[in-house]
Amino acid sequence: MAKVLERKPLTLAERTYLPQILSGLKTTFRHLIKKKVTLQYPEERPPISDNYRGIPTLVKDPEGREKCVSCQLCEFVCPPKAIRITPGEIAEDAPTAHVEKAPQEFEIDMLRCIYCNLCQEVCPEEAIFLQDIYSFSGYSREEMVFKKEKLYEIGGTLPDRHFKWEKKRLAAEHGNVH
Amino acid sequence: MDITALLIVLAKALAVVAVLMGFCSYAVLAERKVASWIQGRIGPNRTSLPVISAIPLIGPFLTRLGIFQPVADGLKFLFKEDPVPGHVHKTYYFLGPILALVPALVTVTVVPFGRYIDAEGVVSPLMLANIDVGILFLFAVSSLGVYGIILGGWSANSKYPFLGGIRASAQLISYELTMGLSILPIFLWVNAPGTEGTMSLFRVVEMQSGAWFVLWQPLSAFIFLIALFAETNRLPFDMPESETDLVGGYHTEYGGFKFGLYFVAEYGHMIIGSGVVTLLFLGGWNPLPWVTLADVAGWFGADFHIGITGAVLSVLIFLGKLCALVFLFIWVRWTVPRFRYDQVMRIGWKVMLPLSIANLIFYAVLIAYLDTR
Ligand code: SF4
Ligand code: SF4
Repeated sequence: MAKVLERKPLTLAERTYLPQILSGLKTTFRHLIKKKVTLQYPEERPPISDNYRGIPTLVKDPEGREKCVSCQLCEFVCPPKAIRITPGEIAEDAPTAHVEKAPQEFEIDMLRCIYCNLCQEVCPEEAIFLQDIYSFSGYSREEMVFKKEKLYEIGGTLPDRHFKWEKKRLAAEHGNVH
Repeated sequence: MDITALLIVLAKALAVVAVLMGFCSYAVLAERKVASWIQGRIGPNRTSLPVISAIPLIGPFLTRLGIFQPVADGLKFLFKEDPVPGHVHKTYYFLGPILALVPALVTVTVVPFGRYIDAEGVVSPLMLANIDVGILFLFAVSSLGVYGIILGGWSANSKYPFLGGIRASAQLISYELTMGLSILPIFLWVNAPGTEGTMSLFRVVEMQSGAWFVLWQPLSAFIFLIALFAETNRLPFDMPESETDLVGGYHTEYGGFKFGLYFVAEYGHMIIGSGVVTLLFLGGWNPLPWVTLADVAGWFGADFHIGITGAVLSVLIFLGKLCALVFLFIWVRWTVPRFRYDQVMRIGWKVMLPLSIANLIFYAVLIAYLDTR
């Protein structure tokens, strides 16, 4: 059933506007002396949640080994095709030679990246992570294509305890290559 | 008049104008700061001067307060590119801002801002020109300011400024009448039979050493204040400008320094208006109702109400009240929305004008009774 709202005619006091203006003045005065909500941005930063999706970077494991094995899954999944990987071999005589592959070059075009987190989700090696950095700039488009060194520099080391490839190596030494 | 006297007058005038300009620029800062505070923001707090801002404690404090912001604002207006649109009427386009600012600066000549008592106890006002028709002159000249607005709006040769100019003139006509009628009771009272007739603002203030006029003529004060809001084009009556429906109103086509002149003129009118309200209704330089500076000095058993200290104190009291009124202007601006144009006209002609006439008649009868008793 339709409900009819009755509009009461304005009282004389209301028609002078004055009570309303006075109560408005009271409200604004309260705001005048209230604590301000402005964040002084470059000095103060907003709190960022743990699952914030900032720029994607590569990480190393606690032993300093680069975790990416250049499987190129992330390159494949990346919706805007921001990632470009040049796969490379690991030298025969390196201690991690059994990992076989590592990226020779790894580029993420930060101007293309849409921070969708798909690369982090797809990576089988937990080698790529979205950080909490949301503000960065450059003077040219080339500068905004982050190279491998830069990605590792920002990403740093991931304090995980898997040591997947180290365990594999030890297992292989004990003669059970699963 | 010999040359030194002329130079002294010139120096005085320049000083007063400089102070008024300073007040205008800081009124702009106050506007921005109060606006921010009311909206939960902080407002301008970054502009700093090289040396002064480096002083520990005081420097950063002043910077946070935005004290140096007007300097930056002023420089910006000065050095900004100032294009003249191709479709404007050049002469009037340039004349507009000047005509808006000049009346604001001229009216200050008849506004007393303090008083000086010399050793013989003779009281003389601190003002540039103590002419007998003070308030008439003030009203006449200050309403000339609207010519700047109308000319600006008309010469810009585009629709929004044009509408703004039209509105400004309509609004001025509607409220000027009310304004004049609302202060008549005061001058009826000041010019009581047997006294020397005067329209000088100084005399009005001296009459308020007892009750301030706002206390026994509150309705006059109220009507005058509302008319003043309308005359100075402040919200809720900022019809000529109304950013939301007229883009920027009369100054839409102006930029750079010419816009700056309009801006300063607007604040100049507001400050002079606040000064006039202070003088007419709020007791001028009397610190409290029924209390004069002489009384205060009497309490302390001192005589700081005469001579230079007295003059400075009176100026400070006057400026304090003026600043409070300017704050009221700003506060109201950030509180209420704008009236519709037809509402402005309706309030002006159907409410304020009858009200001010009724007020005049009531006080005329009352004053006639009191004076002839
Ligand atoms: S976050 Fe998304 S867009 Fe960015 S690199 Fe990873 S997959 Fe590509
Ligand atoms: S970052 Fe992960 S998904 Fe991408 S190539 Fe390296 S190992 Fe593969």
